Amino acid sequence: MAMGMDAAGGLGKDIIGAAVSRIDGPLKTTGTAHYTADFHFASMAHAVPVQSTIASGRIKRIDLSVAEKMPGVLLVLHYGNMDRLYRVVPNDFSATTSEARPPFEDERIYHWGQFVALVVGETLEQATAAARAVTVEYETKAASLKPSLSDYQGKRKSVSKRGEVDKAFSNAAVKIDQNYITPVETHNPIEMHATVAQWEGDKVTLYETSQGVWNHRLAMAQVLGLPRENVQVITKFLGSGFGGKLFPWPHSALAAVAARRIQRPVKLSLSRKMMFTNVGHRPRCEQQIKIGATAEGKLVALRQDYLNHTSFIDDIDEGCGEATPYLYSVPNLEVTSALVQRNTGTPSPMRGPGAVPGLFAMESAMDELAIALKIDPVELRLRNEPVKDEGTGQEFSSRHLKECLETGKQKFGWEKRTAAVGSMRRDGKILGWGMAAASWGAYRFGASATVELCADGRVCVRSATQDVGTGTYTVLAQVMHEKTGVPFDRIDVIIGDTNLPEGAMSGGSWATASALPAISGAAANAIKTLMQMAVSTSGSAFLDKDPATLELSQGRVHVSGQSPSTGIPFEDVVKLARLSGITGEGKTIPTSDDPKAKDLSLHSYAAQFVEVEWEPEIARLRVSRVVTVVDVGRIINLKAATNQILGAVVMGIGMGLLEQTNYEQRTGQPINGNMADYLMATCADSPRIDVTFLNHPDLALNEYGARGVGEIGLAGVAPAITAAVYHATGVRVRQIPVRIEDLLKSDVREA
Amino acid sequence: MQSFTYEKAGSVEKAAGSSGKFIAGGTTLVDLMKMGVEAPTALVDISGLPLGQIETLPNGGLMIGAMVRNSDVANHATVAAHYAVLSEALLSGASPQLRNMATTGGNLLQRTRCPYFRDPSAGGCNKRMPGSGCSAIEGHHRMMAVLGTSDKCIATHPSDMCVALTALEAVIHIQGTGSNGNGGKRTVAIGDFYKLPGDTPHVENSLEPGELITHVELPPPAKGGKQVYVKLRDRASYEFALSSAAVVAVVEGGHIKSIRVAMGGVGTRPWRSHEAEAALVGKAANAVTFRAAAEAALKGAKPLPENGFKVELAKRCVARALKMATA
Ligand SMILES: Cc1cc2nc3c(=O)[nH]c(=O)nc-3n(C[C@H](O)[C@H](O)[C@H](O)COP(=O)(O)OP(=O)(O)OC[C@H]3O[C@@H](n4cnc5c(N)ncnc54)[C@H](O)[C@@H]3O)c2cc1C
Ligand code: SF4
Repeated sequence: MAMGMDAAGGLGKDIIGAAVSRIDGPLKTTGTAHYTADFHFASMAHAVPVQSTIASGRIKRIDLSVAEKMPGVLLVLHYGNMDRLYRVVPNDFSATTSEARPPFEDERIYHWGQFVALVVGETLEQATAAARAVTVEYETKAASLKPSLSDYQGKRKSVSKRGEVDKAFSNAAVKIDQNYITPVETHNPIEMHATVAQWEGDKVTLYETSQGVWNHRLAMAQVLGLPRENVQVITKFLGSGFGGKLFPWPHSALAAVAARRIQRPVKLSLSRKMMFTNVGHRPRCEQQIKIGATAEGKLVALRQDYLNHTSFIDDIDEGCGEATPYLYSVPNLEVTSALVQRNTGTPSPMRGPGAVPGLFAMESAMDELAIALKIDPVELRLRNEPVKDEGTGQEFSSRHLKECLETGKQKFGWEKRTAAVGSMRRDGKILGWGMAAASWGAYRFGASATVELCADGRVCVRSATQDVGTGTYTVLAQVMHEKTGVPFDRIDVIIGDTNLPEGAMSGGSWATASALPAISGAAANAIKTLMQMAVSTSGSAFLDKDPATLELSQGRVHVSGQSPSTGIPFEDVVKLARLSGITGEGKTIPTSDDPKAKDLSLHSYAAQFVEVEWEPEIARLRVSRVVTVVDVGRIINLKAATNQILGAVVMGIGMGLLEQTNYEQRTGQPINGNMADYLMATCADSPRIDVTFLNHPDLALNEYGARGVGEIGLAGVAPAITAAVYHATGVRVRQIPVRIEDLLKSDVREA
Repeated sequence: MQSFTYEKAGSVEKAAGSSGKFIAGGTTLVDLMKMGVEAPTALVDISGLPLGQIETLPNGGLMIGAMVRNSDVANHATVAAHYAVLSEALLSGASPQLRNMATTGGNLLQRTRCPYFRDPSAGGCNKRMPGSGCSAIEGHHRMMAVLGTSDKCIATHPSDMCVALTALEAVIHIQGTGSNGNGGKRTVAIGDFYKLPGDTPHVENSLEPGELITHVELPPPAKGGKQVYVKLRDRASYEFALSSAAVVAVVEGGHIKSIRVAMGGVGTRPWRSHEAEAALVGKAANAVTFRAAAEAALKGAKPLPENGFKVELAKRCVARALKMATA
């Protein structure tokens, strides 16, 4: 993509960390960015899935007699006439699908809304009409739909263990023992999932809504039984994903098969309703937390036993114990997990999987413990700061949770807090102040990239990563500018296509950390070759100079220490050498293979401070202020990073107060499966949010010291809200979202 | 989607009696057609009819054309000044984009938001398919009504506007086919327009087939009166009311001289509470009176497990609106 000129394009090295507007912004605001569903091809047909109306059982008969004769219908696929599809190796991260079961593998039904047929028609309207005319006869089995998981009696897996937790807990001076419940949440990115499939001979191109084009290609090659080089996956722009678009879902294979069968391009775009059933969700989690402490507030025991629901097809462990073993110092600890099967679609990672629900439970319990101990909740956290990761025994690469807490405390004005419930007021409203600590893992995965210094004066960076909407295009352009000094309007960031060198997935907040070493290394290698050419090409002003004495800045090759104006444009060197361009390659090695990183505990940290306003007279509670202090290493783009945190905090308000997918108990249908009934925070629900980045580089991740900002902003928001709700209302909500029903129990009244 | 014909209505008189379905802003109808709940074979577009004006009447009242958009009503100077409850109610509903499309006539006839009604795959619904049962009673009914329900249907009338119109005692002007000796014109007070679900929840109002709503008439505003609309919901915007209250009050010497109270989000129709009014007239305007009136308003409430909270919420809502309208 070519870049619009930006003031920041002239910042040189200072561009790292600057608040740079996104280079793809103009395309998006003018509606000219091509999202996946915007791809149209001559003779393209449209596919519409038919969904199961039962939650459990099998298909007895599919009646197509009406549908097949309807105008424009080209094909109806179902388990009886489906092409052979294959599974991928389970738990093999080199090629992952969201669901183990390929679509239409058999006649069995595992959840309401499961795809049971696919109608392909000339137009979307014709396919939609015919899809409605498909009648399916089922043999229904009793479905397991109960939201509550608490009657689970089966085995539990020990996830982390040290000391003797049960003994320490029973001997503890002060104890908290509570259950915390987080609901099913649906991702709901604004862009719905879509696939446009186009075959040429035995090669298929899939235009996808994918957070990981590289994995998507490998997975679809296996599912379709094709050599990987025959599958190309393209994702130019994403309207976000929140984890729901990490791995392929069944519709991708359906579109590919349909297009192969009719030998025409096929577009399959999911409806909003299908977003609630066919592309994952955050599963319901029920967590029992036991915390024991001394009277002085030193933790002695911490036990977390969590359950999460999963589907009957896949075992998806939410991983609620992600942050538990290392967040605080506690000698005796155990985390256990178990899965409970339900007739729902397969869950999938959703922004901060595991840690976000896990921290809701643990940080809520910490707040309850602080109250029981009569210790300030910030102080309680500070008293339990560990010196190393007690879960793994590793040193922390860079941990500044204490500074997050202290900075947040000061910015929020926490010292003015009075501890008694309902004791703080403003403008006739009761205020509640709550806080929580948070963390999220930091990762770096393998990636590669090329950087080309072109004879036409452009700089092209290439990598098969993708921009979820977070700013990856811009971050890559910033690094290119930093390395070359070439302005943005001569930098091309080419991503989102598996024809490019293997790039990192955009998930787990690791896309930036993973991309940086590869692109920076590629740039360095390209520049090295450029200098070689500058000193070795006859006619060059730098002939026979030591390349180490040359430098590239402001797009010009010059003698180090001298002004760039004394040198020549880099493209003159390229042209002089009669080259079309000079390419350098770069690679990122994953942290797990890096001797400098693999023995360190790599995490980001945050402190969340929340104020709520409570009007008992009308049972109205709103979040009125949030202060969030984030330790995510060095910031590459202040604007993009701030946007990530702002969005995550707003999502946290939704998690704390609004979001929840409700399954109709008789049918298994998500009964609020649309954007009017599934409540998310609106702009009017978004308060003042004060974001601070500590900006301490974590050099274990990359030369810049950047970790990742996508998820940490959500972690800890919900428990800070429920702590504030308790402070204002006296109602302790252990099952979110906090509802008016809960708040009506408050006996705090207006002054 | 089922095929349908589309024509633009030529005149009010010609439109009336049409066997097609009127389409105004389309914000209710098109949704329901896409979801397969409504399947008209003919659409008659009434948006070109000369029903887009707001006129002041000789008696000081207001005549609002059926095609006037919700945002234009809300922002009309006379409405904002003298019928504040209507303006506030409209602005509390939907979103700016929807309000720019939605019309006065369409808003009166918007359908319930009951999820079982709106999705044919969600199970039986007596309103959508008479006789198929009510899935909400034993299912999800947090949003449903506690007043005016029957064992056949518990769905709320979702409109905010209609709650304000109820408190304002608006009159609906209707154009029929002309057999009534008045050129087919008739009027119905809003209090008589909506029907309780009873055994026939699919019959929602007293409009006859083919009848066109042409205007909504507002009587002159009460002298010295104050009007308030309070809407309570889970989030701050873009959500239907869990409970709302429209109050038009005249207070003299600290006592309530006249009062009209209507509620939304809790009734199967826009809910006028004569019980609350009776408990208020002549009484001192204070918290005790307000709470007593709120209790009276909810006396007949029939809550179900999930919507029981609405009873207390509605009481607080009414009390708050009374407090504001009498302050
Ligand atoms: C997401 C969403 C959120 C919403 N939130 C709210 C809210 O918070 N509060 C609220 O009050 N409303 C809300 N609404 C509802 C909105 O107010 C109504 O959809 C709107 O008022 C309907 O008006 P319309 O002109 O678009 O009607 P249409 O969809 O055109 O028509 C609706 C019905 O009325 C009939 N009709 C229309 N005009 C006439 C006439 N003149 N004579 C006879 N019949 C007629 C049509 O045949 C149709 O049956 C929301 C709607 C949506 C989609
Ligand atoms: S409450 Fe009314 S609209 Fe809802 S399912 Fe029952 S009958 Fe249908």
